[in-house]
Amino acid sequence: MSRFIQRNPVWSVIIAVAVAALVWLVVAPWPEGLEAAIGRKRIFLNALFNGITLGALYFLVASGFTLIFGLMKNVNLAHGSLYLLGGYIGYEFAEATGSWLGAFVVVFIIVALIGIVLQYVVFRRMEGEDLRQTLVTIGISIVLADLMLWRWGSHSYQILTPDFLSGPVTLPLITAIRGEGELVYLTFPAVRIAILVASIALGVLMWLALNRTRVGMLIRAGVDDREMLAASGVRIQYVFILVFAFGAGLAGIAGIVGGTFQSVSAGEDMRFLLASLVVVIVGGMGSIFGAALGAVLIGLAEQLGSVYAPTYSVVLTFLIMALVLAFRPQGLLGR
Amino acid sequence: MATVDQTGIPNRLTRPRQAASDVPEWISGIPVSWWVVGVALLFMPVVAGNFVLFQIFGWAFILGMIALSLMFLGGYGGMVSLAQMSIAGLAGYMVAILGPSGVQTISLFWPWWLYIPVAILIAALFATLIGALAVRTEGIYTIMITLAIAAAFFYFTRQNYTIFNGYTGFANVVPPELFGINWRRPIPFYYLTLACAAISFAVVVYVSRSPFGLALQGVRDNPRRMAALGFNVFAHRVFAYTFASIIAAVAGILMVWQNAQIAPGTAGLPAVIDILVIAIVGGLKRPIGPFIGAFIYVILRTYAPDILLALNLPGDRFKLLIGLGFLAVVYWSPDGVLGLWEKWRSHRQTRGDPLTGQGGKS
Repeated sequence: MSRFIQRNPVWSVIIAVAVAALVWLVVAPWPEGLEAAIGRKRIFLNALFNGITLGALYFLVASGFTLIFGLMKNVNLAHGSLYLLGGYIGYEFAEATGSWLGAFVVVFIIVALIGIVLQYVVFRRMEGEDLRQTLVTIGISIVLADLMLWRWGSHSYQILTPDFLSGPVTLPLITAIRGEGELVYLTFPAVRIAILVASIALGVLMWLALNRTRVGMLIRAGVDDREMLAASGVRIQYVFILVFAFGAGLAGIAGIVGGTFQSVSAGEDMRFLLASLVVVIVGGMGSIFGAALGAVLIGLAEQLGSVYAPTYSVVLTFLIMALVLAFRPQGLLGR
Repeated sequence: MATVDQTGIPNRLTRPRQAASDVPEWISGIPVSWWVVGVALLFMPVVAGNFVLFQIFGWAFILGMIALSLMFLGGYGGMVSLAQMSIAGLAGYMVAILGPSGVQTISLFWPWWLYIPVAILIAALFATLIGALAVRTEGIYTIMITLAIAAAFFYFTRQNYTIFNGYTGFANVVPPELFGINWRRPIPFYYLTLACAAISFAVVVYVSRSPFGLALQGVRDNPRRMAALGFNVFAHRVFAYTFASIIAAVAGILMVWQNAQIAPGTAGLPAVIDILVIAIVGGLKRPIGPFIGAFIYVILRTYAPDILLALNLPGDRFKLLIGLGFLAVVYWSPDGVLGLWEKWRSHRQTRGDPLTGQGGKS
């Protein structure tokens, strides 16, 4: 942190001012002039929180993608299909048993197993051939997409929120002050708050696992130089399988999360594949922090964009990507 | 010089001229099989029906041209760009916007000699921009970035109503009636697409042997060495995008004329992936590959329901067939169908006595 400030004093000031402005926008009640200029504070806060929770969902999908990429240099373009498959299986399980939390466990295991099969049967055989691996993942995504379309059709499915998380919660953030001086607080769906908290917890856990455990050390060493790691006697294939299984499983449970606060339907696989691509390009390949930063940026851009510039919200996302590519091709936090 | 001749290495300078022929070398150098294919394609309308001419050959030539532009970038430049379909789509959109279409409020109804060059120019500018962004990255990153750009184009055309007419797109986009011919009739359209495909094929072959094409292949194989030799690597790569985009743009214009309409789905993600599938299945090493891939794709797409029903599968599972075929090709023959063919031929040629290596065909 302090090194960053020393090296880039101008950027640090810009970032600090932006953060301060954002905090003020969130905490303080807006003056009349501001509300007249850009609309009600409630709309802004809702878009902001929706953006952050969407960012949490993107983080779930993209972190697995970036881990797999960072370690194995394998652009898994079937990642979106794993997401969608997770959503469908989660829907089926939640419908059959009524257990929302149970679906997470089941889906994680099933999709992780599929990931293991993919890594063990397909990718292990073409190690080092990046382009061919990528093409194979495209083929797999075509086949999986059609198989899922066959099984589940083109309807959209909504995974029901469990009772203990349904309904709104009131957050201690003022949206407006009524005439009599009464404060109006922001309400927000409880399930989204839960998912946000869970994603942050997961991100912290992943960071701890990567930086404080032996397996994490192996993975980091593999990201830096997998040949040396293999040469020093680590059975790198096991590390690969572990990471692939974990990344796939994360994509699967992200499918349940996505199915709960949006819906599961054919075509979502491509949407989330693209979201994770953009997130990872913006944040930097192979970096968990980068994925988190990119996910929040893209989520915010999408939601704020859809409120304040509806026609161009998608373009805004890709504009961010183009800008990052033009000025920092390795991504914001990439090396 | 003499030692070289004795080893039997063919040498352009000392190769004996065939005394009997007045035919220039570039004509006599074309193998017989090419003449056969050429003549067969020229006289195809004699035997083939309208459906085959318009829907199968016309469509295959168009898809083949878009895949050819991908093949040029991927095979000679080492840059697999997924944005080629979007460039074709943009050219098609420009024809619909600048020229005549059913949407009176947006279309400008320019004359054909103006809107066709302008459409190609705009597509080329767009491609140059994409190129300038995409060449900052390499290998698989290029795929990711161009895929993202293609998706952006798709979503933008779907959301934008003022220029691209959003979800519905443009209908009634027809070619101009040049020389009193309705170019959408099967036989004229067949020759139109055949001519465009043949010209773009010839141009790609020519450019691949020109100084620019050779430098581009050098950049593909070793960018650092080429940079050290004084070549501008960045400019070569970006110009490769511009050049390839012209082929894609022409194909895009033909495509919008064939369908008589264009909508966001024309350049949607499945279509983008299809172009990659076509180029890979045909083979990225030679310019003829994309056309072979396009024929296989079009024939599968047209007749897949019959094949699937014969196998007792539901007829609409054609994507499954394409996906499995694509997987099989990538898994067993990374150079596509052409690679398989070459493998089989070299296998036959080298067959002979395993000890002396003699008795083979060459």
